[in-house]
Amino acid sequence: MKTAKFITKQMIKMFLLLLAVSIVAFALMTASPVDPLQANVGQTALGSMSPEQIQKLEEYWGVGQPPVQRYMAWLKDFIRGDMGVSLLYRQDVTKVIAVKLANSLFLMIIAWVMSGLLGFILGALAGMNRGKLIDKVVRGYCLLISSTPAFWIAMLFLIIFGVWLKILPIGLSVPIGVEASGVTFLDRVYHAILPAFTLSITGISNIAMHTREKMIDICESDYMLFAKARGESTWEIFKNHGFRNVLAPAMTLQFASISEIFGGSVLVEQVFSYPGLGQAAVSAGLGSDMPLLMAITMISALLVFGGNLIANLLYGVIDPRIRRGGAVR
Amino acid sequence: MERKKILEIKNMNISFCQYQKGMRQEELPVIRDLSLSVHEGEMVAVVGSSGSGKSLLAHGVMGILPYNASMGGEILYRGEPLTEKRIRKLRGKEIVMVPQSTSYLDPLMKVGTQICKGKKDLVRQKKLDQIFSRYSLAKEVQEQYPFELSGGMTRRVMISTAMIENPRLVIADEPTPGLHQKAAKSAMEHFRELADMGAGVLIITHDLELALETADRVLVFYAGYTLEDAKTEDFCKEETLRHPYTKALWRAIPKNGFQYIDGVQPYVKDMPSGCPFAPRCSRCSEKCHGEIPYREVNGGYVRCVYDS
Ligand code: SF4
Repeated sequence: MKTAKFITKQMIKMFLLLLAVSIVAFALMTASPVDPLQANVGQTALGSMSPEQIQKLEEYWGVGQPPVQRYMAWLKDFIRGDMGVSLLYRQDVTKVIAVKLANSLFLMIIAWVMSGLLGFILGALAGMNRGKLIDKVVRGYCLLISSTPAFWIAMLFLIIFGVWLKILPIGLSVPIGVEASGVTFLDRVYHAILPAFTLSITGISNIAMHTREKMIDICESDYMLFAKARGESTWEIFKNHGFRNVLAPAMTLQFASISEIFGGSVLVEQVFSYPGLGQAAVSAGLGSDMPLLMAITMISALLVFGGNLIANLLYGVIDPRIRRGGAVR
Repeated sequence: MERKKILEIKNMNISFCQYQKGMRQEELPVIRDLSLSVHEGEMVAVVGSSGSGKSLLAHGVMGILPYNASMGGEILYRGEPLTEKRIRKLRGKEIVMVPQSTSYLDPLMKVGTQICKGKKDLVRQKKLDQIFSRYSLAKEVQEQYPFELSGGMTRRVMISTAMIENPRLVIADEPTPGLHQKAAKSAMEHFRELADMGAGVLIITHDLELALETADRVLVFYAGYTLEDAKTEDFCKEETLRHPYTKALWRAIPKNGFQYIDGVQPYVKDMPSGCPFAPRCSRCSEKCHGEIPYREVNGGYVRCVYDS
């Protein structure tokens, strides 16, 4: 009963959020100074065209139509499940997104799992050993990474591994000059290593820092002290109490970090010319490809919201105080 | 019959190191001079007002003081110094602590598993069942989480963490706060049982009357010092008590007149030199401002220039 109510509430929340996001995204796009004709057709080409041709193009890019009308038309289609046709790729948005999303997801999932696991381990270790060498190392790493922009790290890796050492490709998600059917899974992995690695490196510091904070709070709790007084070893204390208590907040963090990984992927994909959703978003934005950009926006919002929702639900599963409906702290 | 001494604490002192403004460090002595002993089968209560730092006594013996605290004096367990290495081996086995509040229980671990420290083998399970029936806790409670317990149940669960071991020394830190009269009394009785089974029990409490009902000996703790160490019988009448503060406590008991004395305990930072009780003592004289020895008088101890 309670769960049903919770889910209904979340669904309504999600619906409202998506609506709000779509309106803001659309408003921003309309307000953007990019002239779709200039951007996509080019000044010279436009100059050599007849007014009829230009008018046709304007129609195609939606220039001149009142924004509200355009938005309503888009919304109507979107609700029916029709995301429209990408103006840049001249393909169904669904198709474009399917390909890009698959690329991006591959990247993001690797980065998400890596940063989650490593971040958790490092954070827990540092927190349990507060003030000791390992803590200092982890903290130093986190500070260094979080004060360095992700795209800069990406370029650094690109230079080191792609240009100097030449052991990893400098970009794209598949080898150049190979037919799509000839691309193996290993090729994909090979091309995803560098971007995924970059993305993880930056993700780790965030997760580790927060996990460490939580772990320190837990270590200062009375129950940890009591466990010590009961003669439990450091490992037992961690296994019995530390892990158990840090798990729920860590999970929340982990799912909430989806948004950060997503944001990071836009930059990293750009640097590595990795044809993912992030890159598509950038070109859609610069090229005024309204249907594509709107669809990407909606999907990212859904992903992020979904992550947070899962985090909330998991909390209830892990924490008995919520699961058994007791007093919520 | 001469009973063996389980625990002996000689001149224990515990202080905190605090950073003042800037980099100046300040020592904050919370326990200044505390001596006591606990014998096999004996229940000793340390009575002091709340917030006087007596919990640190338990933490000091268990070796779980916070990192900015330092401890001096001597602790002997069964005749030998209780070094850090030794307490590490013994705590949770021979020497157990019963904590003061639910916050000492892991909120995410089921009660049964927690009492067994996560290792629930058959032997322990059987013992746990016995303990539970002895404390009239339903078996289902084992599957519950700490937040689902009532105050009285939490008490019994915490005592169970001691019972599951085979303790020779039990140190209970404020075992009765927030319990109504009946529950508090039965909690104390459970400790009495532990003592009757042969363990030494040290209770740290603010409730003198409750302590007098069950303990064998009562120590009065005041402003970091043990002022008096008296047998429970000594509390029958005022004359057998030694220290003016103890007498004042005695008079504050309802059936003895409900008389409170004025004033409060001096704060750690502005302690009087000499007797800590001097500012409130009616018999205070010149010699009370010097060093006051802790002396044996009539089978008990007192920290006062007068014998009684
Ligand atoms: S030493 Fe002096 S001041 Fe202190 S309690 Fe005894 S008589 Fe009172």
